[in-house]
Amino acid sequence: MSELTAGKAPAKTATAAEITTARKEQWRPISYWPFVIPAMIVVMAVIIFPWVYTIWMSLHEWKVGQAPTFVGFANYLRLPSDARFVESVGHTLVYTALSVALPLILGTLAAVIFNNKFPLRGFFRGLFILPMMATPVAIALVWTMMFHPQLGVLNYLLSLFGLPPSLWVFHPATAIPSLVLVETWQWTPLVMLIVLGGLSAIPTEPYESAQIDGATPWQTFRYISLPMIMPFLFIAAMIRMIDAVKSFDIIFAITQGGPGSASETINLYLYSVAFVYYDVGYASAIVVVFFALIVALAGALLHLRQRTHWNEAGGSA
Amino acid sequence: MRDFLNKLGLTFAFIVIVSPAVLFFLWMLSLSLKFEIDNASYPPVFIPERINWGNYAAVIESKRFMTYFFNTLIVTGSATLFALIIGVPAGYGIARMRARKSAIVILIARITPGLSYLIPLFLLFQWLGLLGTLWPQIIIHLVVTVPIVIWIMIGYFETTPMELEESAIIDGATRWQVFRHVALPIARSGIAVAFILSVIFSWNNFVFGIVLAGRETRTLPVAVYNMISFDQLSWGPLAAAALIVTLPVLLLTMFAQRQIVAGLTAGAVK
Repeated sequence: MSELTAGKAPAKTATAAEITTARKEQWRPISYWPFVIPAMIVVMAVIIFPWVYTIWMSLHEWKVGQAPTFVGFANYLRLPSDARFVESVGHTLVYTALSVALPLILGTLAAVIFNNKFPLRGFFRGLFILPMMATPVAIALVWTMMFHPQLGVLNYLLSLFGLPPSLWVFHPATAIPSLVLVETWQWTPLVMLIVLGGLSAIPTEPYESAQIDGATPWQTFRYISLPMIMPFLFIAAMIRMIDAVKSFDIIFAITQGGPGSASETINLYLYSVAFVYYDVGYASAIVVVFFALIVALAGALLHLRQRTHWNEAGGSA
Repeated sequence: MRDFLNKLGLTFAFIVIVSPAVLFFLWMLSLSLKFEIDNASYPPVFIPERINWGNYAAVIESKRFMTYFFNTLIVTGSATLFALIIGVPAGYGIARMRARKSAIVILIARITPGLSYLIPLFLLFQWLGLLGTLWPQIIIHLVVTVPIVIWIMIGYFETTPMELEESAIIDGATRWQVFRHVALPIARSGIAVAFILSVIFSWNNFVFGIVLAGRETRTLPVAVYNMISFDQLSWGPLAAAALIVTLPVLLLTMFAQRQIVAGLTAGAVK
């Protein structure tokens, strides 16, 4: 048996090598460009073109209906002294920090729960992810009714727990926290799905030995699950950050940035500048700075990950 | 005993974490089925004694509801179909050329706020004289649907084996035949995922419509938003309209849950 294989093996390898070269020769001329070109044209038209045009516009003083005049970086220099813009940056940062932290904590908790086996798990997971798939405007409408100070169901629920009623989105101090509540309700499921993916990849052995050693559920989570899901938490934080910074539908439909400008984020202010005042030159400068801010925040998150070795923690555990 | 306590704790935590999602939609349903007097009562009426189907009838019979419904169908349908026609081959090409780095454009598209596309494209559509038709919305929805489709399809084609395609090439098949008869059938489940997510995100889109849609070209999310100013105080019809708009998405989520989860996490993890 072994002699036979040994005798035949060289011949076989030769043919295999021949086939590989033959394949390579035939394979090379095959170009995949024709598959990609139509998409490239569309991407050029709807993604690249708007970007180039935006940068061009940002260097011009241009209101819709008037002729553009080149003003260099004047639009950018206007930004630091625009109190409404500066304020909107602050709102955006607060809104984003809360809208990343809360779904991250609750989503991880939800993932730990959904990582257990229980009857109808798939069905409940489906119900649980409904908030993030449902049409944001439709949801915002119902939340607005729930926030109603006199007739809203939320103040009724507070009264059941003996808590004083709140003005929710109708008071400057509580507007952003109330919107974050909606955002958290909406996006906790996404964090859950990502973290659940991480949890289900962990082998069962560490859990079994932890159980034998008498570890509490918290210890098991803290020393086994958490290090392993760190890379997934990072991805969830990144996606959440990008979406929270850009959040528009919910804020626009519920408060429109109000009361006053208490919940006006950069995106909401951008909408006003572009489509209420039609100051497209200035709006374009805001777009560029806004994008730079998002990239900077993403970079900061990446830096944070390297500082804390989130990835390596997964490997060493 | 400890096991029992753990289980009890788990059940309690499960109820706490799942109930906001479930109760919200039940409350939405309750609002949409009540007469105004019940919707305006305090303490709130949770399960109504009499049901008012009239809220739904009022929405469906309202003047332009059907127009808006068909507008949404046309915009979402065209944007998704077109994204599939160009996005599936693109995903295939990028995966086979191992040019994943080129997907950075898609990443940029993902990061950029939707409003940023609106300013330049709005001016372009105005210049082309397309405002007032559905074209601007169909075209701008491609900003949402094309990246989703390409992104998901790259992932799928990267995991499908090359051997079959290589032997088909040796047998003299053209690259189009290989794509059509070998690669495409294997990637069918991936196409389903791309289709479902593309439909949902296009259907839900609001920001493009508020700027580009006129009175006759509104999609449902925009139409529902516009109802607020008119019907400030009648919650029943408003809730009914909100539920009608989002119901197709909710049903799709429940029935195609596995594909949705696969698509969302695949995009996230890679």
